[in-house]
Amino acid sequence: MKKDIILAGVGGQGILSIAAIIGTAAVKAGLYLKQAEVHGMSQRGGDVQSNLRISDDPIASDLIPVGKADLIISVEPMEALRYVPMLSNEGWMITNITPFINIPDYPAHEDILAVIDQQPYHIKLDAEAIAKEIGSVKCANVVILGAATSFLGLSYDQIEDAICIMFARKGESMVKMNLAALKAGREYAKQQIKLQSVK
Amino acid sequence: MLLGDEAIAQGAIDAGMSGIYAYPGTPSTEITEYILQSKEAKEKNIRAGWSTNEKTAVEGALGMSYVGKRAMTCMKHVGLNVAADAFINSSITGANGGLIIVSADDPSMHSSQNEQDSRFYGDFAMIPILEPSNQQEAYDMVSYGFDLSEKYRIPVMMRITTRLAHSRTGVVRGEIRGQNEIKLSANPKQFILLPGNARKQYKTLLSNQDSFLEESTKSAFNQYIDGPNKKMGVIACGISFNYLMENYPRKVASFPVLKIGQYPIPVDQVLKMYDECDSILVLEEGYPLIEKHLKGLLNKGKVIKGRLDGTVPRDGELSPNLVAKALGLPIAEEKAIPSIVKNRPPALCKGCPHIYSYNAINEAILGTEKGHVFADIGCYTLGFMEPYNAIDTCVDMGASITMAKGAADAGFQPAIAVIGDSTFTHSGMTGLLDAVSDKSPITLFILDNETTAMTGGQTSQARGKLEAICEGLGVDPGHIRVLNPMPKTHEENVQVIKEEIAYQGVSVIIPRRECIQTAAKNLKSARLEKEPTN
Repeated sequence: MKKDIILAGVGGQGILSIAAIIGTAAVKAGLYLKQAEVHGMSQRGGDVQSNLRISDDPIASDLIPVGKADLIISVEPMEALRYVPMLSNEGWMITNITPFINIPDYPAHEDILAVIDQQPYHIKLDAEAIAKEIGSVKCANVVILGAATSFLGLSYDQIEDAICIMFARKGESMVKMNLAALKAGREYAKQQIKLQSVK
Repeated sequence: MLLGDEAIAQGAIDAGMSGIYAYPGTPSTEITEYILQSKEAKEKNIRAGWSTNEKTAVEGALGMSYVGKRAMTCMKHVGLNVAADAFINSSITGANGGLIIVSADDPSMHSSQNEQDSRFYGDFAMIPILEPSNQQEAYDMVSYGFDLSEKYRIPVMMRITTRLAHSRTGVVRGEIRGQNEIKLSANPKQFILLPGNARKQYKTLLSNQDSFLEESTKSAFNQYIDGPNKKMGVIACGISFNYLMENYPRKVASFPVLKIGQYPIPVDQVLKMYDECDSILVLEEGYPLIEKHLKGLLNKGKVIKGRLDGTVPRDGELSPNLVAKALGLPIAEEKAIPSIVKNRPPALCKGCPHIYSYNAINEAILGTEKGHVFADIGCYTLGFMEPYNAIDTCVDMGASITMAKGAADAGFQPAIAVIGDSTFTHSGMTGLLDAVSDKSPITLFILDNETTAMTGGQTSQARGKLEAICEGLGVDPGHIRVLNPMPKTHEENVQVIKEEIAYQGVSVIIPRRECIQTAAKNLKSARLEKEPTN
């Protein structure tokens, strides 16, 4: 098993929290893991990504080779598209659709969504809306992670366990809410995949 | 699961280090942060903290080594320029307690103004250099490096690059060693670099070169991995070894590979490769150090491929794909980024105090042609971006003040300098003294957000001291003006700035408001303290 994952977003959106959950699950599962992060200047509202690699064999490079990523998980729609060159031909793009607009020339929302729709394998979701239904927009990132759970090479239980570990410090209600967010994301993704296969 | 930086920090704690001295700088910052946050380090009473600049950091660490304790100092590559005087001379004095100098390079300039390669400094100082290829080696090399440093009584450099510093993976801890007792050097002249002593010390350094080479030759961090295809041999330094192996999924390259993690360059292994292979490809992150040595001035031997002949790009960091190309392996055609995607450069945060400082400066000098604002290194360098277009220079720590002074001395008016609080104490104070001594007509803005913001909010040595420092350096107290950079104070701020620009002498304007990132963080931790969860 080997999964190369690009996590994408804008500095400050907390993509590393998603990485931490996957990382915890991978380590618990006894897998090898490398995770390259972006620190420093780019964190100030610039585009940021993290290369997350998990495998049952030792991993050589901290960076994923161009065109070899299995998955893009993005918390922002335009940022998902920035890493199209990284994605393999069979790779999936899981992306939030809520734009983070901090540049004057941000493209029209529907144009961005149209380009995402052109990608062969993708799931797009309104993570904030789904998260709000569950209780708090704060768990939007976990909703996005939920939508990616079928592609991680890890079992759903393993991800759930990782969430329990990660949020234990913040109390039981937070754990429950994030588990619900994970599930909602997963269910939404399943429906999407079904719809796409019908098309 | 540790970042490369954190692996170094944990390695230092476990290897019996007594103190760490550093100035924050991407990608080195997390080494010291890890030790600052480590309970273990606190229990062991390890001295950890931020220095005023890299030079004072190296000197602090050298002082700890002088008394026989193990010490580490960390900086980014350009920080080593600031520390160079202390660094080079520490190779002449040598160490007493183990001394490791970590320099974190930033190829591709993710957060830097150049991509200089610290190995050249190590080579220049003629000291051993360690360059880990992964986080485990980064951990292991610290204990090894302290031992090496004490064996030869010499500072050891550890050179890392951004990808290693900021990539996380599992690290296995080794033996835990206690700290050294205080014990001065047996040679009372070792640290007195009067010419007579320095000449002797220098001869010792020179005579140790063969031993350093021997250590490199037998080091486990330098490995010769033979391969059947002798058409080419590959030398891979530090992290570039990973990019090489990424192209061989079965972990065996067809070519002989020399993995280098310790310098001086292990000549015997290089010679073996040269003798056995038709050509050599050198993969090194940063500048072509080994490649240059191999080619020599005349380049008359076998074919040496690398950054100099274009087999690998001359600048920027390496990647698995660039290495694949250099190896002549087929790579898939790269898909383009969809044209709809726009650049998203870093920007000043919403509500950042610098925004209001720049708005006020821009309005105060409205009508003046472009080119009058000399800026410096920090978040406020982002004032270059739209919509501010507020600054005209950014060179090195402290250069805002002295360049404004030089321009003012040439008759250029207004000459405005913009520097942050932490950068000011790092390297701006001496420049301000120059301006005061010369009565150069400059208007200096010290943007005081009460922290070292760009690197994540480390303690600023300037905190609470700025007015006193400026007065102490001789700035007329009547021309030290403190502003509150807010939208509501915009008009009065513009007025003050206009007054001070009109003044034909040194004036200092201090717009002061806490960085909003730090403010939010402090608010959050205060709240957490108030309502402990469960």
